[in-house]
Amino acid sequence: MNQALIDLGEHISAALPEAVQASDIAYDELMLRVSPGDLIKTLTFLRDDQNCQFKLLADLTAVDFPDRDERFDVVYNLLSLKHNQRIRVKVATDEETPVPSVSAVFSSAIWLEREAWDMYGIFFSDHPDLRRLLTDYGFEGHPLRKDFPLTGYVEVRYDEDQKRVVYEPVHLTQEFRSFDFLSPWEGMLQLPGDEKATDKAGDKAGDEAEAAEEGEA
Amino acid sequence: MAETQIKPLTLNFGPQHPAAHGVLRLVLEMDGEVIERADPHIGLLHRGTEKLIEYKTYLQALPYFDRLDYVAPMNQEHAFALAVEKLLGIEVPPRSQYIRVLYSEIGRILNHLLNITTFAIDVGAMTPLLWGFEQREKLMEFYERASGARLHAAYFRPGGVHQDLPAGLLEDIGEFCETFPQVVDDFETLLTDNRIFRQRTVDVGAISAEDAYDWGFTGPCLRASGVPWDLRRAQPYECYEDLDFLIPVGKNGDCFDRYLVRIEEMRQSVKIMQQCIEKMPGGPVYVQNTKITPPKRGEMKRSMEALIHHFKLYTEGYHVPAGETYTGVEAPKGEFAVYLVSDGTNQPYKCKIRAPSFAFLAALDFLCRGHMLADSVAVIGSLDVVFGEIDR
Repeated sequence: MNQALIDLGEHISAALPEAVQASDIAYDELMLRVSPGDLIKTLTFLRDDQNCQFKLLADLTAVDFPDRDERFDVVYNLLSLKHNQRIRVKVATDEETPVPSVSAVFSSAIWLEREAWDMYGIFFSDHPDLRRLLTDYGFEGHPLRKDFPLTGYVEVRYDEDQKRVVYEPVHLTQEFRSFDFLSPWEGMLQLPGDEKATDKAGDKAGDEAEAAEEGEA
Repeated sequence: MAETQIKPLTLNFGPQHPAAHGVLRLVLEMDGEVIERADPHIGLLHRGTEKLIEYKTYLQALPYFDRLDYVAPMNQEHAFALAVEKLLGIEVPPRSQYIRVLYSEIGRILNHLLNITTFAIDVGAMTPLLWGFEQREKLMEFYERASGARLHAAYFRPGGVHQDLPAGLLEDIGEFCETFPQVVDDFETLLTDNRIFRQRTVDVGAISAEDAYDWGFTGPCLRASGVPWDLRRAQPYECYEDLDFLIPVGKNGDCFDRYLVRIEEMRQSVKIMQQCIEKMPGGPVYVQNTKITPPKRGEMKRSMEALIHHFKLYTEGYHVPAGETYTGVEAPKGEFAVYLVSDGTNQPYKCKIRAPSFAFLAALDFLCRGHMLADSVAVIGSLDVVFGEIDR
C-alpha cells in the first residue's frame, strides 16, 4: 500500500514538475501542495491520467490558520475507484485572493465550494452560483473562521408584538467557559533548575524527562 | 384544441412538506408539470457541529456524531472513532471490532428500513412503513441494551466500545436474524412487483456511472449505477476482511435500482451479523491503555492511579498527536468520512464531516430536470437524504 503511494506521488511529481510544490505521506495518506494557478491543471490531470483516475471528489473543505500570511488551506480529498487510492490536494490562500473553482472538473464541487465560501469566506472565481449554503438568509460573517466566536453575534426569537422573528445581539446568561488545559503543570517539560544538570548527572534527569513525555502522550 | 400559453411557475416545496424527508426547502421552477430547475435550500437544521467540535475534547465531540444521521447513529461514531484511533496509533481489540461491525450492520438495516418504507409512503404505499417500524423498534432495543440509549448511543468510542454486551443479547440478535429475512421477503411482495411502485420508480431519476462519479455519489446510489464499490470490501476496516458477504450492484441507476440494492443489502447485513455472532471473540472491549480508556469503576475505589486517570480523562481528555487524516467508513448512505486535523492538544483543530447525502442532494437539480413534479418526490425518497448530516 505504502509503496504504491510513493510511486503514485513520484508519478504525479514527474508529470507535473512545476505544479507540485510539496508532497508528503503521513498515516498512509498522500498529500500534494499546489499553487492556486496550477489547481485546475492538477485536478484535471489527477482525474484523467491513466495511473491516477481520481474521478470522485469526495470532499472539499478549508482549514484556518490565523497566524499564517495565507491563512486558509483549501483541501481537496479525491478518491480513485479504479486504483483504490486516495489523495489530498492542498492550496493556500488568504481572505482576498480567489481560488479557481473546480466545479467544471467535478460537479460535486459546486455545493462544496458554496459551503467553503459560506463557512470560511474563501472566494472561488468562475463559480456558477456562489451563494451561501448552510447559514441563514442574510447571515453575516463566516462561522468556521477561528476568530468567529462559538456563540456567534446574533440570536433569534419570535417577537409576539411584531409577530415575526427578530434578530438581537447575543445575550449570554452565563459567560462562556473555556478551560485551558495547557497549564504550566502540563506544559512545562523543562523545570527551573533543569539547566544546571550536567551531562554526567543528566542521564538520570533525561530518563525522567522522557518518562514525563511518555505520560503526556 | 386551442393552444394555451403556460406561464412558468415557481413552486416552493417544503420545508414542512412530509415528502421532503425533514427540513428541505426546494424552490422549483416549473414549466407546467415539468421541472426546469430545482434549487434546494438547506441549512434549516444547521447546528454548527463542526464549530462545536473544535471547542470540545475528543470524547466530548463523539456524541455529536449520533446527531448527524440520526437514522443510523453508530455508523457515524465509527468514522470519528477510526480517525482518532488512526492519529493515536492504536488498534482496538478483536472483540470490540466484532461488536462494532455487528452494530454497524444493525445501523445499516435501521437506515434501509426507514428509507425504503418512507420512500414507499412517498409514492403511495402505506403498509411497508407500519411493518418496517416494528422491526426498527426491535433493532433500537438492541441499541438500548448495549448502550443504554435507543438513538444517541455514544457507544463506539476511540479505543473500543463503551461497555461489553450484556448477557443474552447476542442470542436475541441471533433470533432476530433468523426471522428478519422473512420480513424482507414480505416487503418485496408488497413493493418489488407492485405495478404502481414500478410505474413511479423505474427509469425515474436515472444517473449513469460517469455522472455518479462526477457528482460524488457513494454507497447504494453509486452501486445502483453499476459500480461495485464498497469501502467494506475495497478498503476493509475492522474485521470486514474476515467476513463473507456480497455487494449488490444495480444496472440502470434509477430509483427502482436504488431500492433493490438496499433490499439486498439488508439481507447481506443479516448475513454479516450472523457471522459476527458466531465468531464473536472474547477478551476486552477497549484498548488496555489507561491514558486513553477510563478505568473500571471498581478499580477506582481501590487504586489512586485509576482515580487520577479517570479524573484526567473526563476533564482534560487525551492529547492526540499532531497530524491529519481523512478516514471514512461505509455508512448505510455511502461514504461517511471525517477529515480530522489535530494540533497536538486535547481538542480537534478542525473536523470536517463528509456526509454522503450532501452529495446526493447537490445532484438533485441534475436528477430532477425534465421530470414531472411527482417524480421529484420519488427521487428525493430514493436518494435517502437525512438533514441531520447534510446541514451538520
